[in-house]
Amino acid sequence: MSADMSAGPSSLPTTGVWAELRGQEQVVEQLRRAAQSGAPTHAWLFTGPPGSGRSNAARAFAAALLCERETLTERGCGACKACRTVLAGTHADLTNVTTEKVTISIDEARELVRKAQDKPSTGRWRIIIVEDADRMQERSTNVLLKAIEEPPPRTIWLLCAPSPGDVLITIRSRCRSVGLRLPPVQDVADLLVTRDGIDPVTAEAAARAAQSHIGVAKRLATDEGARERRNQIVRLPLTLRSVAGAMRAAADLVKLAEAEAQSSFEQRDAEERAALLATLGAPETGTMPPSMRAQIRRLEEDQTRRAKRSKNDYFDRALTDLISFYRDVLMLQADADQPLVNEPLRPELEEFAQRESAEDTLLRLEAINEVRTRLVSTNVSPLLAIEAMTVSLLSRKDLDR
Amino acid sequence: MAPRSPAGRTSGQGPAPASWRDIQPAPVVLLSGPEDYLASRAAESIRSQVRIAQPGAELVRFDAGSYEAGTLTMQASPSLFGDWKVIEVAGLAQMNDAFLVDALAYLADPAPDVVLVMRHAGGNRGKKLLDAVRAAGATIVDCQPLKKDGEKAEFVTTEFRLARRRIDPEAVRALVAAVGSQLPELAAACQQLMADTAGDVSVETVEKYYGGRVEATGFKVADAALAGRTAQALSMLRHALATGADPVPIVAALAMKVRAVAKVHGVRGSSVQLAKDLGMAPWQVDQARREAQRFSSDALARCIRALAEADAQVKGESRDPVYAVERAVTVIALGDG
Repeated sequence: MSADMSAGPSSLPTTGVWAELRGQEQVVEQLRRAAQSGAPTHAWLFTGPPGSGRSNAARAFAAALLCERETLTERGCGACKACRTVLAGTHADLTNVTTEKVTISIDEARELVRKAQDKPSTGRWRIIIVEDADRMQERSTNVLLKAIEEPPPRTIWLLCAPSPGDVLITIRSRCRSVGLRLPPVQDVADLLVTRDGIDPVTAEAAARAAQSHIGVAKRLATDEGARERRNQIVRLPLTLRSVAGAMRAAADLVKLAEAEAQSSFEQRDAEERAALLATLGAPETGTMPPSMRAQIRRLEEDQTRRAKRSKNDYFDRALTDLISFYRDVLMLQADADQPLVNEPLRPELEEFAQRESAEDTLLRLEAINEVRTRLVSTNVSPLLAIEAMTVSLLSRKDLDR
Repeated sequence: MAPRSPAGRTSGQGPAPASWRDIQPAPVVLLSGPEDYLASRAAESIRSQVRIAQPGAELVRFDAGSYEAGTLTMQASPSLFGDWKVIEVAGLAQMNDAFLVDALAYLADPAPDVVLVMRHAGGNRGKKLLDAVRAAGATIVDCQPLKKDGEKAEFVTTEFRLARRRIDPEAVRALVAAVGSQLPELAAACQQLMADTAGDVSVETVEKYYGGRVEATGFKVADAALAGRTAQALSMLRHALATGADPVPIVAALAMKVRAVAKVHGVRGSSVQLAKDLGMAPWQVDQARREAQRFSSDALARCIRALAEADAQVKGESRDPVYAVERAVTVIALGDG
């Protein structure tokens, strides 16, 4: 999907449900045609790099399908009640599946299969959006196979995943594929300016630093703390001098991740627990009956999984930022004359690029990527994995001392 | 003909638990408690006592979990030839309802010439039957595991005394330290020492048979590795793994020690100040500093990477986790070498 294949930005409607899909003109065209045909395919797979707006595209498509306008060409108006409720995620015929845990469980998948058999209540279609199709384990996905292959006539599945390789081949072959591209930096900046009212200079810096990840760009543009944290992580290679320092940096990073997971969930965990106790009518004093204890334990397990996912996501973001530093170094070492992600750091980056060879930089990138994979795929100790990474980032000169 | 009543019938006795060592055959015996080894010794003792009194006695065994109704009554009914019978029922902790019904009926009217030995490993299953056994005044043996070293030492001493052998108190301690974690193993070790040696058993004898066997832990492995004692570290790692230690906590212990060393490596300043900064005790800082002298930055980085590799492998990245741990231990123990 190259840029010149897509129609110019002028073809993107300025109003309606498609307005916010910046940089995805070709996809918008495909989806709009499908929605306006009145008889869309029953299963779609939205793929694209993180931050490209997969779930937003799926939701816009759902809105266009459920739009109340009678004329096919006007579907996706963005103004009728159906469009607004779908975009807000509250439409009765729309089921949005997402998870805050590491995976979508098999029970949740079974529930979806049951739900897919329901007739739409108010709209034309029953639409099920699975935002994290890549977070389904193989056995959970297998439960969905039959339901996705031959859904009832009025049910439409919209699955989202980073790449087609993230879902089972048997699912892939049952879906029509929609590939989103990473939007150009300028498009992301424009979106931040028009949608969120951010000043153009900040918007462009944020979009560049976020490497076109729309969600991250918005957070960087609006949250001073996030900007500061990113800055710290990106500067990490400049501050590493000794093994002891690398260990300290690793410990700090893990502590930050834990603090973030705790601060965002501590209050919510307590509230959920209180709500559950109230629902169960638990006694305020004395021992809890065994049946209630089991339910509370289940809630606590879910909360632990959520915290683990949050920590993993934090590490993933931090490591992506770190990769951007070495990516810039590599660009400078290769004289590639490409725009830098971390433009404000250019002098330091140039000096750093002189110190080491491109081969070293590639080794560092490999070390970071290995930790990323390990943190996600295996239950390794995050502290040890990150320590191994930070000591791998030390230059040969530092190690010889 | 031998008297129709077995030696030492205890039906009139109260429900006070008997000791497994001096148990005597009774119409109904209950062996309750989790320690299987003691129960099997008690059952064996009953069997042999009955056989001495009645060489023709028949032994019947079945399991209470897969019991079929009527079996107990059938086995316990008097035979034409008037032989004695020992009925051993295992698995009362998983008994089925048929057994409960039959056993309750049997308790009300125990058959003559029958020794019924029941084994209950613990739990609440069949509480009604256990209560009935207690009320009927049957012999109950409490088979609790020996937890304290003192209890184990007493076990060893008694074993030797009963065999009319002598063992030094020091030797008892050494034996308990070497093989004390499992009671059957400890008993087997006693038997072996008695069979293989003559005269008093001394510490030297125990050392000869069980010396070098240590209950190694991850921390002992880590200490040896960081001190650079490669051979000892590897043999202790093998001991730990062979005696059932999980590789995961071993890697964690290694990582903890190496982390402490890496934190103080090349950092100047007083131990007290450093201890405050790093949240360690001053003696830990001193120890880590001593251990850090063996390592260059490069070697330390290599150790940490090897540990991270091992951590990933023991958690499912590899099919041979032991190799990864062994490699990490070697890298650490060799240091700059």
